[in-house]
Amino acid sequence: MTDLAWIDAALASARPRAVAALLRYFRDMDLAEEAYQEACLRALARWPEQGAPRDPAAWLILVGRNSGIDAVRKAARTEALPPEDQLSDLDDAEAGLADRLDEGQYRDDILRLLFVCCHPDLPATGAIALALRIVSGLTVAQIARAFLVGEKAMEQRITRAKARIADSGVAFETPGPIERAERLGAVAAMVYLIFNEGYSASGAEAGAREPLCREAIRLGRLLLRLFPSEPEILALTALMLLQHARSAARLDGEGQVVLLEDQDRGRWDGAMIAEGLALLDKAMRHRRPGPYQVQAAIAALHARAKTAADTDWAGIERLYATLERMQPSPVVTLNRAVALGRLSGPEAALDLIAPLGERLDGYFYYHGARGAFLDQLGRAEEARAAFVRAIGLAGSAAEAAYIRQQLDRLSQPK
Amino acid sequence: MLYAILCYDSEEVVGAWSAETETAVMARLGAVQDRLRAEGRLGPVARLMPTTAATTVRKGAEPLVLDGPFAETKEQLLGFYVVDCDSLDAAIEVAAELGRASGSAGAHEVRPLMLYRPGEAQVEAS
Repeated sequence: MTDLAWIDAALASARPRAVAALLRYFRDMDLAEEAYQEACLRALARWPEQGAPRDPAAWLILVGRNSGIDAVRKAARTEALPPEDQLSDLDDAEAGLADRLDEGQYRDDILRLLFVCCHPDLPATGAIALALRIVSGLTVAQIARAFLVGEKAMEQRITRAKARIADSGVAFETPGPIERAERLGAVAAMVYLIFNEGYSASGAEAGAREPLCREAIRLGRLLLRLFPSEPEILALTALMLLQHARSAARLDGEGQVVLLEDQDRGRWDGAMIAEGLALLDKAMRHRRPGPYQVQAAIAALHARAKTAADTDWAGIERLYATLERMQPSPVVTLNRAVALGRLSGPEAALDLIAPLGERLDGYFYYHGARGAFLDQLGRAEEARAAFVRAIGLAGSAAEAAYIRQQLDRLSQPK
Repeated sequence: MLYAILCYDSEEVVGAWSAETETAVMARLGAVQDRLRAEGRLGPVARLMPTTAATTVRKGAEPLVLDGPFAETKEQLLGFYVVDCDSLDAAIEVAAELGRASGSAGAHEVRPLMLYRPGEAQVEAS
């Protein structure tokens, strides 16, 4: 007797491995997906009575492969088929199969699958949608909800992405070491994009998008099991855990963003923070710093602070300076300026961002931060001008409302 | 006699539990623990972080530090320590020291704890 909730979770966690292996076998996304669905249906019929197999993923691959071959056979009776001995009987084959499907094979299969989904020809939204459908098995309706589009539109987007990939003749061969390293970087970036899609939501969208964060963390953990010694994968998973640990505190009752310094730290998830810190610890032992590691280290300093006032701004400023050297970007500099403002005062922060004005002129946070620094210096008129500029660039009602508050405060007689 | 009861399950499955499932399972386990505690029979209870948080220190003249739980399957779990360390490096140093002291083959897995309760049982292990 196996519990249905256990089976659901087992099917969800076996999915990337099983679909990846079926894709290698059939080289066709739709066929691989259908074969996997069929295998799941059979698992739901068999496992509750007979118990789950030793290796659920291997079982699903074997059953999926056989049912996929049946489907192909029905569709085209003339087509050449794999040799009959590969269509072995399940019960005796399962144990041996589980041993043959070693971690190395899984690793390449999953990486290939993820890489196919983040094909450079696809727009980022298409790649994310495809990965969520194929790798994570979210329904089209769930994905549509997360991206706030209609189900039909999302269906089309995914179909287009699949067609684009089918046309592009993506290599299905096992990636070599160099290629694998490159793919892993692209895959990590996509996982983080999925996380950010969930994390950046606020208001009414926040609830619908929250599962994206959990899914991204699950994918991070999956990559980590396959590549236990990649510091950037350790760090990426740590970063997502440390950020997601704050989710209960970072939105208020209306779903509006609560600034880090105003959050009730008692509502942060201690277990998630502990795991994030442990993974970051492991990553740092490799002495191979990378951008995810630096970002995770910044998140860790915030997480370690018992109160907002305990925050190690000097450490954070140093880490942003490191990130600036690794990935120079005006946005990173702006973040460093915020830390520097806490550390050395608003004047130093203003000096640091002065050269960014041209490149960040259309960026909400630049004018918002600049307004705050000017305000702290008592330069009310300039602060007002900066806030007015920020309001014009606000991306959401919540952002606009926040700046409006600052403006109202400026108008109060002192 | 004291008995250690070691928990095994699919980490992928447990890791995919929703917050509600997690809470429900912990509540059911908590009820069993409460009864044992009331009877004075409950020793230390610990929950380990996922294996992805593990580091393995293989014994040897030059201890080898590996990411992940890489004890070979022909090796059995013989016991465990709970040590308070400031950093992973410090914990690895302790594991290496234990490895040197044991003088045999094998490995020590360093796994951060997620939860630790010292327990009530007063029985002397033989």
